[in-house]
Amino acid sequence: MPQHTRALSEAGVSTPTGELQFGVFFQGVNSGTIWKAAESGSQTDFESFRRIAQTAERGLFAAFFLGEGLRLREHLGQPHALDVAGRPDAQTMLAALASVTSHIGLVATQNTTYNDPADLAHRLSTLDLLSGGRAAWNVVTTDNAWTGENFRRGGYLDHADRYTHAEAFVETAKAVWDSWGPDAVARQGTNGSRPEGGASRRVHHQGQHYTVDISPRLPRSAQYRPVLFQAGDSPAGRDFAARQADVIFSGHPQFDDAVAFRADITARTVRAGRPADAVKIMPASEFILAATSAEAVEKQAWVRELQIGPQQAVAYLEQFWGRRLDGWDPHGPLPDVGPAVEETSETRGSGFHGAKAAELTAQWRQEAAEKEQSILQFVRAKAGRADASFVGSYSEVADKLAAYAAVGAVDGFNISPWLIPTGLDDIVNHLVPELQDRGVYPTEYRGYTLRENLGLAVPERASVGEPAVR
Amino acid sequence: MSTTDGFSSEARRAGFLAIELDGAGWDGTGVRGDDVFASLAAAVLAVETAGFHVATFADSPLPGRANALQRAAYAGPITRTIVLVPEVDTVYTEPFHVSIQLATLDYVSGGRAGWIATAAESSEAAAAVGRAAVSGAALPLEAAASIEVSRRLWDSWEDDAVIRDVSTGRYIDADKLHYADYRTPTGISPAYSVKGPSIIPRPLQGQLPVLVPASLVGEGQVPADAVDAVLVTAPTPELLAAEIADVRDRLGQSVALVAELDVVLDARGQPATERAVGTGGDRARYVGSAGGLTAFLGQLLVEADGVRLHPASLVVELDELARLVLPELRRSGALRPMVQDGTFRDLLGLPRPTSRYTNSHIAAAAEN
Ligand SMILES: Cc1cc2nc3c(=O)[nH]c(=O)nc-3n(C[C@H](O)[C@H](O)[C@H](O)COP(=O)(O)O)c2cc1C
Repeated sequence: MPQHTRALSEAGVSTPTGELQFGVFFQGVNSGTIWKAAESGSQTDFESFRRIAQTAERGLFAAFFLGEGLRLREHLGQPHALDVAGRPDAQTMLAALASVTSHIGLVATQNTTYNDPADLAHRLSTLDLLSGGRAAWNVVTTDNAWTGENFRRGGYLDHADRYTHAEAFVETAKAVWDSWGPDAVARQGTNGSRPEGGASRRVHHQGQHYTVDISPRLPRSAQYRPVLFQAGDSPAGRDFAARQADVIFSGHPQFDDAVAFRADITARTVRAGRPADAVKIMPASEFILAATSAEAVEKQAWVRELQIGPQQAVAYLEQFWGRRLDGWDPHGPLPDVGPAVEETSETRGSGFHGAKAAELTAQWRQEAAEKEQSILQFVRAKAGRADASFVGSYSEVADKLAAYAAVGAVDGFNISPWLIPTGLDDIVNHLVPELQDRGVYPTEYRGYTLRENLGLAVPERASVGEPAVR
Repeated sequence: MSTTDGFSSEARRAGFLAIELDGAGWDGTGVRGDDVFASLAAAVLAVETAGFHVATFADSPLPGRANALQRAAYAGPITRTIVLVPEVDTVYTEPFHVSIQLATLDYVSGGRAGWIATAAESSEAAAAVGRAAVSGAALPLEAAASIEVSRRLWDSWEDDAVIRDVSTGRYIDADKLHYADYRTPTGISPAYSVKGPSIIPRPLQGQLPVLVPASLVGEGQVPADAVDAVLVTAPTPELLAAEIADVRDRLGQSVALVAELDVVLDARGQPATERAVGTGGDRARYVGSAGGLTAFLGQLLVEADGVRLHPASLVVELDELARLVLPELRRSGALRPMVQDGTFRDLLGLPRPTSRYTNSHIAAAAEN
């Protein structure tokens, strides 16, 4: 532990808050969510979303989080059939949830490539105002021609440009949210409505990829403007987060990895000229809990079996081999044929796209042979988010999390329930009280806005911009 | 999509009432005033309680106006019977996003969603997204294109596409998902295409009812069979019935017609004539007593399938409408009964359509 403390203090993390926050990530796609159990509920009924959000709020979660994928996953030229798929538009769903929740933050993953800045900023303002200052935007930059086929613009970006573009986009959104003065409201009368009580500014941006020229319509919210999340792990993505984000939705939940990631982000944040603790970190995670550790381990085997069945295991390999492998026994060794493609493709929604297929598959064959794993065992270990899992009794896992809080390795966890809509019940009923007993989890909401509940500073209004012409 | 043989004459005798909620309640947006409800929720619940069948949400480019579709979504979970219909532009929006957002609205409202598809003629709206302003004949073409994209995407998951078949390990039957493969016709610039399938299963109603202003509908514009209802305007109340008859002649029986009416009533001891400011806009305006309005609506609903009211002040007019107008119209049988847990299609008398792609195979589409 001392060595972790040293790593963090060298990076400038001197005062861990000692507190963790939870978010819930209602995934709606991929193999993490079990659809085969008797308890598996609907992925689209509003009641599933209401149930998860209200349970999370009962457990004092800081945030309810929705992802986004703007093209349906495909597998060898057909829609991917084996996993949960088909989910609502994030902001529309969150606007509905705003009317049946009161404190929880509402985080929409929204892409900078397939949206217009003025429109997206206006819709996020709307969500922020409707929810009384509980909105957040998880900025993602996914950019490929395949997804672009669903949009007017098409796939127009070079991958290398994604963060230059994203940064201009986010700056424009911030200018929109900065437009109205602190006390401005729109006064509605018989002659229509007009801003009153403060000047508003026109927003003009002319850039490489888009041009925006507007008089923003909306005032600031109770939390000033939506909180910014970021998810994207490349060096460019991390620097972007260090400059722009309030919270990182990271892929680094394991302790040592989390500490290293924290140190890296803190260093980047300081280099970007912001306070060392300006960016919160909440890694993606999964919890498999029970009263005893033995039961939890048993439950884990059941969860893994239902997350990834024999067909899914073979299909998983097919993504990387780029060819059908139906003849291969899921209980036997990995296929000893080569892949049919040179590079794995992004159309499969995997994190490995662009990898050299021949190298990757050869490496996996060797790895599985060394561990004496069958296809099923290998894929369950590789794809079943083992590295994001916390498995154990309520008190064991609570102890484990308390250690993160003690050194400030993370600010909380973004939890993907593996069952909808009951997947948060044991976390809220059992884990949260254990954490509260250890003094590392809130016992009430600090306030009504997401910014207050996450302990984030209120931004200052930028001093640039010209007055609106009205 | 009016694939049915229209409404039975019986259904037509009773009509529905819609009311516009633009700026109606404090929704956090900074719209404050003496004649504004304390909250958007209060405004929506008040019009539902008053017995309106439909609430519409304009997307005015005015200061203080929040996104219409999200306001409608916010109202979804807190209401039970009222239909929620936002206005969404087709010219400066991404048709794919619009389709997914509207499908989601249908889910969060339990099938009580519709869409007023508009075509913004606005250089402000064009500048906001850095596009050249679209005008003239291209406007209805943009509307037609976006509606067609939504309709195809809503059908792109057949109803029984989610099979959850444990024995074969399939959550989805991939043969029941379909590419939309939409390409704009000539006349739309820049041209675009949308691949599909949708990223959300088929909406609860299968297809959301689509409402379009009459000025955009017709030959070489938005085809009548692409819309479920048309919004009809006339310069004065006296001309509305004749205009309805004209549009009916032009578009046929399969489209519902909704008359647009501004309303200023005698209220709170003040005569309507004093409360009516200016000459009104291009919509017919009724200025007078609640009793006179009741009689006028009773007649209008013989010709029109529905009437949408634009009250001078929601707070003030709603009092009179709820107390004096709606109860009387209901008693006289001029209003369709409310359907508990009904859909917008139910209200319009439209059956739930099967997907246009039923029995076609995605693999065939994927071949080329
Ligand atoms: C934990 C995590 C969750 C993510 N969720 C999404 C998502 O829901 N939708 C999406 O389009 N991209 C998602 N991404 C992808 C990233 O946002 C990013 O756009 C992509 O990884 C490219 O950026 P990079 O090269 O910096 O990683 C996620 C990434 C991470 C690490």
